[in-house]
Amino acid sequence: MHYLANPARFVSLADRLLPWLAAATALAFLVGLPYALLFSPPDYQQGETVRIMYIHVPSAYLATMGYLGLGIASAVWLIWRHPLADLAAVALAPVGALFTGLTLVTGAVWGKPTWGTWWVWDARLTSMLVLFFLYLGYMALREAIEDPDKAGKAAAILSLVGLINLPIIKFSVDWWNTLHQPASLLRRDGPAMDPSMLTPLLIMLGAFSLYFVTVILWRIKAAVAAKRVDGLRRARAHAAQRARTAA
Amino acid sequence: MSEFFAMGGYGAYIWPCYGLTLIGMVALAGWSFAKQRRLTREAERLKALGKESRQ
Repeated sequence: MHYLANPARFVSLADRLLPWLAAATALAFLVGLPYALLFSPPDYQQGETVRIMYIHVPSAYLATMGYLGLGIASAVWLIWRHPLADLAAVALAPVGALFTGLTLVTGAVWGKPTWGTWWVWDARLTSMLVLFFLYLGYMALREAIEDPDKAGKAAAILSLVGLINLPIIKFSVDWWNTLHQPASLLRRDGPAMDPSMLTPLLIMLGAFSLYFVTVILWRIKAAVAAKRVDGLRRARAHAAQRARTAA
Repeated sequence: MSEFFAMGGYGAYIWPCYGLTLIGMVALAGWSFAKQRRLTREAERLKALGKESRQ
């Protein structure tokens, strides 16, 4: 962990991993998509709409895991001031926001033919909408405050307060009487799903996760490079000014 | 083939979901990849310039 806190070392490791990660992502989708769209059977209750689940569930998984990552990165940055943790948090926010948005939209489009409505103010749906606004709020706060250190601190505190939403999302289907179905994957008695659907879902979860790691590494790399560009530009401006004063 | 696209009458729900997810994920990946490549090259260019001016 400490070893990777050095941005240069992190970038060189990321550069070694990224071609493999990108290839593995493509391969996982190449296997997962035909499985999800063609080879898996229609559900006896939901019919063909069950295929939306193969992108809805991985999106929701990454939306919440991404926020957990954002919270952990923010805490690490606030406590130990590891510069890479702050860059990781900034990299995570738009990716998490995308997957939260996709979760909400694919859920709504699935809900229309299945529940007969696009939206209900049910605990699971509402807490996911709150998650979306937490991501947007995090990004807006960083943009709104000019001093990067102050912006980072304010946004980090917001993200930590927002962590309370994660257990609410997870247990919303147990605590409240929701329209959303309870968990079928992470249950004490094991997954309540037929292998013919569990297998494509697990492949899609893997594909989405590989994609997530690949994009996050690209974004952290971009942030590290942006800092270097900034530093080098400043050094050049400084040197030019010194040359002028000397002359 | 047309049966596959009809998705038992639910094609109008399923395909927009997959289409939007695809567009969103490809756009984010493309943006992120292009950004890191552009900034990495810019950093290398500035570093090379700095070395030149010091010589």
